[in-house]
Amino acid sequence: MSATNARTGARSLWKWAVQTARLCCGVPDYDVYVKHLREHHPERKIPSYGEFFRERQEARYRGTGGRCC
Amino acid sequence: MHSAIPKPSPAGKILWAAIAIVGAWCLGVVALRRDEPINAIWLVTASIAVFLIGYRFYSRMIATGVLQLDPSRATPAVLRNDGLDYVPTDRWVVFGHHFAAIAGAGPLVGPVLAAQMGYLPGTLWILVGVVFAGAVQDVMILGMSLRRDGRSLGHMLREELGEVPGVIAMVGVLVLMMIVLAVLALVVVKALTHSPWGTFTVAATIPIALLMGVYLRYIRPGRILEISIIGLILLLASIWYGKTVNDTPTMAALFDFDAKSLAWLLIGYGFFASVLPVWLLLAPRDYLSTFLKIGTIALLALAIFLAAPTLQMPAVTKFIDGTGPVFSGNLFPFLFITIACGAVSGWHSIIASGTTPKLLANEGEARMVGYGGMLMEAFVAIMALIAASSLHPGVYFAMNSPGALVGTTVEQAAQTISTWGFMVTPQELTETAKNIGEGTILGRAGGAPTLAVGMAQLLHGILPGEGMMAMWYHYAILFEALFILTTVDAGTRVGRFMIQELAGMAYAPLKKTESWVSNIIATVICVGLWGYFLYQGAVDPLGGINTLWPLFGIANQMLAAIALMLATLVTVKLKRERYVLVPGVPAAWLVICTLTAAWQKLFDDKISFTAAAQKYADAMASGKMLAPAKTAEEMQRIVTNNRVDMALTGLFMLLVLTMLFFSLRAIVRAWRANHPTAHEEPYVALSSVTP
Repeated sequence: MSATNARTGARSLWKWAVQTARLCCGVPDYDVYVKHLREHHPERKIPSYGEFFRERQEARYRGTGGRCC
Repeated sequence: MHSAIPKPSPAGKILWAAIAIVGAWCLGVVALRRDEPINAIWLVTASIAVFLIGYRFYSRMIATGVLQLDPSRATPAVLRNDGLDYVPTDRWVVFGHHFAAIAGAGPLVGPVLAAQMGYLPGTLWILVGVVFAGAVQDVMILGMSLRRDGRSLGHMLREELGEVPGVIAMVGVLVLMMIVLAVLALVVVKALTHSPWGTFTVAATIPIALLMGVYLRYIRPGRILEISIIGLILLLASIWYGKTVNDTPTMAALFDFDAKSLAWLLIGYGFFASVLPVWLLLAPRDYLSTFLKIGTIALLALAIFLAAPTLQMPAVTKFIDGTGPVFSGNLFPFLFITIACGAVSGWHSIIASGTTPKLLANEGEARMVGYGGMLMEAFVAIMALIAASSLHPGVYFAMNSPGALVGTTVEQAAQTISTWGFMVTPQELTETAKNIGEGTILGRAGGAPTLAVGMAQLLHGILPGEGMMAMWYHYAILFEALFILTTVDAGTRVGRFMIQELAGMAYAPLKKTESWVSNIIATVICVGLWGYFLYQGAVDPLGGINTLWPLFGIANQMLAAIALMLATLVTVKLKRERYVLVPGVPAAWLVICTLTAAWQKLFDDKISFTAAAQKYADAMASGKMLAPAKTAEEMQRIVTNNRVDMALTGLFMLLVLTMLFFSLRAIVRAWRANHPTAHEEPYVALSSVTP
């Protein structure tokens, strides 16, 4: 395996870890959301990461579901 | 639709035959070797082989035959993609998320309690249970929700079974949740009673979480990772400083509480944590506990692999006859009630029909996430069992037996436990307490402290150092308390919403979740419900866990039975009757276990709540006092508590029987129908919606 390959591998592993860690806290991928807004709802304002985070934080504890014992 | 199953290659056949032989050999050693203690690695290897074979063969049959998962079919995440709740996500990310949501304190506590019967009964139930019941439930509910726009368990029950059974099941879930919260909070109370070090570190998580909350809200919004690292460092500092608190009498006095006071503190805390804005306390602690949980599970795995401990607990102890001190009742049905999470956990059906089905990008991935995720949890349960069984059995029983049975001094405890055949000296018990920086190890039932001592000894074996064992012990206690308290806060909020929804059926304004009045009323009801059982546990003559854990197990397995009955019904509704036994057998098994356990808890001469209530009532009538009650009022309270537990057990039986009746009726109808009658959403080809 070349050095570039190893670096790409490490980067995607890191990206996976960050994405999983955030999702475990109820925060989905921000970039994916922005992309979704641009493609499907161009008329809507794109929230900053801070706004997006707050909205998700409230949403996580709003309804049922949650976690296991 | 049916993906053709490829013929296995010769190399593949040889590989799977080899795994089967290794697994069978290791399992044989675990089950049959009696002349000398065995090493934990045998157990680990046997488990891994069973999991691999179960996943490769049984879960494939479920995916292709029972559920007929179709990789060409569009999932809810693709169809309803909104970038927030419904997002097609990489399967490994979904797997990590799903595992973090299902694995909690349950798989760590149940197996530790079950170790009183030896490591073999627990191991066999975890392995068989997960492959044929637990993982089946998880993947089937997930697969069913995937075909129904990611709907919840309650919604699917109402749709497939009818409104009335749907509401009945919802009441069941609410009661289950109250018992879960009470019994988990009781685990924390047991761990922190007269432990200034532990109480200080757990109390320190409150200011740490507040700091994290403010940071995430105002200073660097949404930077979870960096603040979690800061939080973790502060937590470790609090463990280190806890020793100073413990060694300084004036400071230690501030954090030294008895069980009753701790119960009240937790009740008050649960109330505030669930009415405060979530960003301030609940969310940041949730983040911290999630990361710490995953990290600690990894640490436990590493410790077991490196330390490779010998199992000191016998394979089978004499307590399979139902006379055990940790929980009473025979191997059947109480082993299957005591180990719920790890083998089969009804709670998972709520998660498998919650966020996870809204994230899967492809239906085929449900097998890995649902079935595979549950196998991972079973592995956590096996590790907890190993940690408990690698302890000196004398120490294990000293920690987990109620004072009413073994006495309250180390001399009495050592003497009683030695008569059971587990030779232990008072010095050994005192020495263990000293090593972990605690005044005593007696009366610490509930699994958490036992696991913490086990983990501390394993980790100390790898990384020795003066006083390090006490640090490891308090680290393990802190991590368990942290995620139990997070469950308590979040559960109180969820319970509040459920109470508001149920109350809203009677009086509509109570449904408004943004109204402060109905919010406070519902929270007080919710905290009052679990708080009652927590307090009852804190003053219980048998230490609480002995009484409450069976109630929790019955309730959890009851929910699993409901979920599996639903899965059976849907299988028949889809006209796949030849697979009806796949969900049907575990459903029947759980119905039998819960009903038998509930029956014995009501009518058995020795272990029932009825007998306990009668014993204290008779004593009262003849003017006698029975320990630990000291006044007539306390006697009366014990009688009342046991009667409440009787009523609750009766309610659970009624719930199971009602749901069984409704399910069987619907199954018979669906069997007679000559066409599929399940409420699945129509097929949409994945290729038609993705570019």
